[in-house]
Amino acid sequence: MNIIVCLKQVPDTETQIKVASDSKSIVTDDVKWVMNPYDEFGVEEALRLKEKFGGEVTVVGLGPKRVTESIRTALAMGADKGILISDDALEGSDSLAVAKALAAAIKELEYDLIFTGQRGVDDDLGIVGAACAELLGIPQMSIIVKVEVAEDGKTVKVTRPVEGENLVIESSLPALITTQKGLNEPRYASLPGIMKAKKKPLEEKTLSDLGLDAAGFGEGGRKMKIVELTPPPARAAGKIVEGETPQEKAAELAKLLHDEAKVI
Amino acid sequence: MDFSFTDEQMMFKDQVIRFATKEIVPRSREHDLMGEFDFQSFRKLGEFGILGLHFPEDLGGSDADVVTTTLAGEALGEAGVDGGLNLAYGAHTFLCADTIFAHGTDAQREKYVPKLCSGELIGCMGLTEPGAGSDVASMTTHAQKREDGYVLNGNKMFITNGPIADVAVVYAKTDKEQKHAGISAFIVEKDTPGFSAGKNLNKMGVRSSHTSELIFDDCKIPKENLIGREGAGFLMAMQTVEWDRSALMAPFVGGMTYVLKRCIGYAKERHQFGRPIYQYQAIKHKLADIKIFIEASRALVYRIAWSKDQGRLLNHLEAAVAKLFIGDWSLGPANDAVTLHGGYGYCHEYDVERAFRDGRLAPIGGGTSEIAKQIITKLI
Ligand SMILES: Cc1cc2nc3c(=O)[nH]c(=O)nc-3n(C[C@H](O)[C@H](O)[C@H](O)COP(=O)(O)OP(=O)(O)OC[C@H]3O[C@@H](n4cnc5c(N)ncnc54)[C@H](O)[C@@H]3O)c2cc1C
Ligand SMILES: Cc1cc2nc3c(=O)[nH]c(=O)nc-3n(C[C@H](O)[C@H](O)[C@H](O)COP(=O)(O)OP(=O)(O)OC[C@H]3O[C@@H](n4cnc5c(N)ncnc54)[C@H](O)[C@@H]3O)c2cc1C
Repeated sequence: MNIIVCLKQVPDTETQIKVASDSKSIVTDDVKWVMNPYDEFGVEEALRLKEKFGGEVTVVGLGPKRVTESIRTALAMGADKGILISDDALEGSDSLAVAKALAAAIKELEYDLIFTGQRGVDDDLGIVGAACAELLGIPQMSIIVKVEVAEDGKTVKVTRPVEGENLVIESSLPALITTQKGLNEPRYASLPGIMKAKKKPLEEKTLSDLGLDAAGFGEGGRKMKIVELTPPPARAAGKIVEGETPQEKAAELAKLLHDEAKVI
Repeated sequence: MDFSFTDEQMMFKDQVIRFATKEIVPRSREHDLMGEFDFQSFRKLGEFGILGLHFPEDLGGSDADVVTTTLAGEALGEAGVDGGLNLAYGAHTFLCADTIFAHGTDAQREKYVPKLCSGELIGCMGLTEPGAGSDVASMTTHAQKREDGYVLNGNKMFITNGPIADVAVVYAKTDKEQKHAGISAFIVEKDTPGFSAGKNLNKMGVRSSHTSELIFDDCKIPKENLIGREGAGFLMAMQTVEWDRSALMAPFVGGMTYVLKRCIGYAKERHQFGRPIYQYQAIKHKLADIKIFIEASRALVYRIAWSKDQGRLLNHLEAAVAKLFIGDWSLGPANDAVTLHGGYGYCHEYDVERAFRDGRLAPIGGGTSEIAKQIITKLI
């Protein structure tokens, strides 16, 4: 079973995000870049399937050179090969353009399953997985917390939580799955894993290597424009509900929820 | 001279910090407070490969060099793992497993090292006695030779992991007439008749590590349990103590980086007299002092690690300097970290008082600062 995992590099969730002076981007000077946490679930799931069915796990990343580091981390966890799509013309691309480049790279590979995160924790758009599947003409199952591949390796059954219930979907392969928290607990890269990753193949490809025209990418190729970025409003101070008795407090709380918070 | 770490070392450090932050640190405060050993975290250290980093892969290790091993220790401290668990790891790996690995027979290595690497077995090392600490060669624990083995009698004191260990490396006199040359090292297993451990001592710091007496009362061990040859024990102990004074110090150093991070965060957030206390020179100087300590200590510790990787196995002078510097000079910065947090610094939740208590062991364990100075003056 050959599996592909798409990998995005995002700011560490602990990073204090600051909006840049152009109001359309963030300050990246002090940002620590990490593998998108949802992609870690993808790597882990791919490795577990490989352990069961054999085959190869290929990680496909897109972005500047620094993304190599995250691909290496995936290789250190146990993935077999890495591909980095890197091209100055990609700078500023929107999700659709990213999906086009990924699909072009993936088309050249043999695969039974593709994992992407259900979203990147930076832009939170959740577009790339679905767009990629569409471009490749394969089924897509999104926000998945359980993956079971049939013994014969020909079909997959997945679970998607919906409003507290579970939706179970079955699909033929190849297919694309977008991962949700709860799918698994990603492993840490051990020292022997890290040392082995050093020798694993990591290929770099430009847009022209993939037969793509740079004109459709970057800022100029955007279908979706960022108008403005604003930090979330500062949270107002909390309020302590006053009252002599529990009944009084409850009545006061209900009144506040109704009149002020307007939630009931 | 090359002071840089490789990309692989940096990635590994990052993974250790992530692992420890998620799997261990959320449990550290509670285990320190209750004075309880965290078996679960210790097992996880084994699963992740930390307990056996520098041993060969065929014995369950990861073939790491000493610099990488030291880096892992620093990373544990930097993530905020309490000094107790770090000490338990250090005593287990460097004081027990390493001695069996470095001086044991193939049979001894194969029997113990893989299980010590995985954490399936917990190890300890008994050198100090109630009446013999700094003057360790005056030990009185006796190993009497019989046809089929040895009979141990005597007591060891302050033994890290003593109450929970499955395997002990124990130093005893095979020749009472001699001082250093009369000492031999033995492996003693937990359930050996005549061997018992005292109860956990209630300590100021490193509280999640358990420390006790080891008691030998006509404890018979087979002759295969002798490590190396008779009379070679003191040299092994000195090699062990050198680890004690270098790699085992790395988590303390990393711990100060954790403390510094807490201090910077707090000083930026805490306002008094209308502005963040970070802006007061008195506070800035405290932060600078902590950083100075960290940089100097790292240089000392990694220099020894590097030297070992170059094949120079014993670095007694450098190790004594590192041990003394880290032990004595960390107390000021650790004290400042508590003060900087004001009243909150005195409370458990802020972790800085724990670092202060844990750090207080450093000028005592593995040879006191006075003894370190004696070694330094003897060697210059
Ligand atoms: C938490 C903890 C864990 C430990 N873990 C272990 C372990 O796992 N295994 C193990 O074997 N030991 C362990 N030890 C023991 C430790 O190594 C000893 O406590 C240490 O070597 C000091 O010995 P002592 O306590 O007998 O003090 P003493 O030797 O009695 O020293 C008392 C004081 O006298 C000073 N002194 C002694 N001789 C001289 C001299 N000639 N000149 C000047 N000053 C002198 C000392 O510096 C010290 O200040 C541990 C100790 C602690 C506290
Ligand atoms: C166990 C305990 C018992 C206590 N009991 C009582 C009690 O019974 N009653 C009571 O009223 N209080 C009590 N206190 C509170 C105690 O008096 C305060 O903790 C102390 O005054 C420090 O105030 P703070 O904790 O707010 O620290 P902060 O004032 O926030 O100080 C934090 C750090 O900033 C430094 N700092 C602040 N301002 C400046 C400046 N301008 N220039 C340079 N450095 C500055 C401080 O020196 C300190 O290092 C108690 C505290 C403790 C820990």
